[in-house]
Amino acid sequence: MTITSDALSGGFSEPVFQSQSVFRMLMDGMARPGLIQRIVSDAGQPEPLGPAAGAIALTLCDHETPVFLSAGLAKSTVGAWIGFHTGATLTREKAEARFAFLEAGAAPTSFGLFALGSQEYPDRSTTLVLEVKALHEEAGAGQKLTLSGPGILQSRDIWVEGLPESFHRLWIDNRALFPRGIDVILTADTDLLCLPRTTRVGA
Amino acid sequence: MTELASYNFAYLDEQTKRMIRRAILKAIAIPGYQVPFASREMPMPYGWGTGGVQVTAAIIGPEDVLKVIDQGADDTTNAVSIRAFFQKVADVAVTTHTADATIIQTRHRIPERKLSEGQVLVYQVPIPEPLRFLEPRETETRKMHALEEYGLMHVKLYEDIARHGRISTTYAYPVKVAGRYVMDPSPTPKFDNPKMHMSEALQLFGAGREKRIYAVPPHTDVVSLDFEDHPFEIQRFEQSCALCAAHGVYLDEVVLDDKGGRMFVCSDTDNCEDRREHGHSGEMLAPSKEAAE
Repeated sequence: MTITSDALSGGFSEPVFQSQSVFRMLMDGMARPGLIQRIVSDAGQPEPLGPAAGAIALTLCDHETPVFLSAGLAKSTVGAWIGFHTGATLTREKAEARFAFLEAGAAPTSFGLFALGSQEYPDRSTTLVLEVKALHEEAGAGQKLTLSGPGILQSRDIWVEGLPESFHRLWIDNRALFPRGIDVILTADTDLLCLPRTTRVGA
Repeated sequence: MTELASYNFAYLDEQTKRMIRRAILKAIAIPGYQVPFASREMPMPYGWGTGGVQVTAAIIGPEDVLKVIDQGADDTTNAVSIRAFFQKVADVAVTTHTADATIIQTRHRIPERKLSEGQVLVYQVPIPEPLRFLEPRETETRKMHALEEYGLMHVKLYEDIARHGRISTTYAYPVKVAGRYVMDPSPTPKFDNPKMHMSEALQLFGAGREKRIYAVPPHTDVVSLDFEDHPFEIQRFEQSCALCAAHGVYLDEVVLDDKGGRMFVCSDTDNCEDRREHGHSGEMLAPSKEAAE
């Protein structure tokens, strides 16, 4: 693949402070699953990567974190952009990936091929960044999810548009592996929310 | 401003921060599990809170307000030097008031005042492995966590009862987090254990020398291990604070002379000062200046 100007443009204008602010959103998000937060980013990531997903890549990826891209992202300049800005290598092996980015509409058939960690080291697992159409705090369009588990007082309802149909089944399988399993960050344009493996998802 | 080269914001380089941040996210996703991380040399010796300092450095931003306590006190050496460190390398606002802080780094106490949503409590941890004194091999303790095999810890507590008639562990009292991992709450007095349960604040633990980070998310079960016939109990003090007359808080004993003179004062200095400002006074509080004049 030749590096196009697309891949070289963008990036945080204030990398130190912007990555800190995106990280704090992710930290608060992991600590309070289902909390919808909006990032402000000038990262200029190439299509079809969303602004939130792009900011997450710039914040967390580097040469130590092999990145897996779904088919739709892999054929765009996203891979070259992440490589240029973060130094991360791309991998086609899901099991090697520390981070995986999936574009909207990509329907994962299984989470089991991603790194799930071992019983001794459950932290060595993939974090999946999954783009959906929209995230809502209040009833409206989309599928209702009732979340519970650590970080949530009783339960929290969220509405997700464009969640893959297989998600519920895959998440139940993932939850059953605890403490192993993947963690998911749902992104929709500039919005994001986190679903750590501890979260139970009801309909 | 000086033209001299300065440190990166919050001292650590960006790659180190990313590595620590990834460890923190996994730690929150697996409550109570110790995530290994590549702990760095810090400009202070191991044992001075290098784990907590690295966690704080990785999460802190220019908008944060930092409070640092050492055994509940804002004005002891460790707290003062860490606070000064972050003022220098991150130029952040600092406070001694628990309610005003967004990040509270602590060595072995949890503030008396209830923490609120959005606050982060960062613990400095000397030995993160609760099973370490029972089983010195890391390979074995890791397997015990993997298999959820915590019988040895109960044997230890039982031996306490057999020897002393009660569970004599008073600090670093083991807890079970979210029904899965047994965790060392760092050497906080067991008085503070109930404050960890269902806390509204996020709790992060950093062990620099031992290279481990772990976490307890807000609204998470933290249960102190015990037995049905020997339930977990916290320390109770007969005295009240000699300066602010507070009851039901953790007290430090201060020896005053060599004739048996002593006083009990609040370990949490901010809480004590706040109470005195609100007119509470203990038996040994010096009369206020106006009254003396």
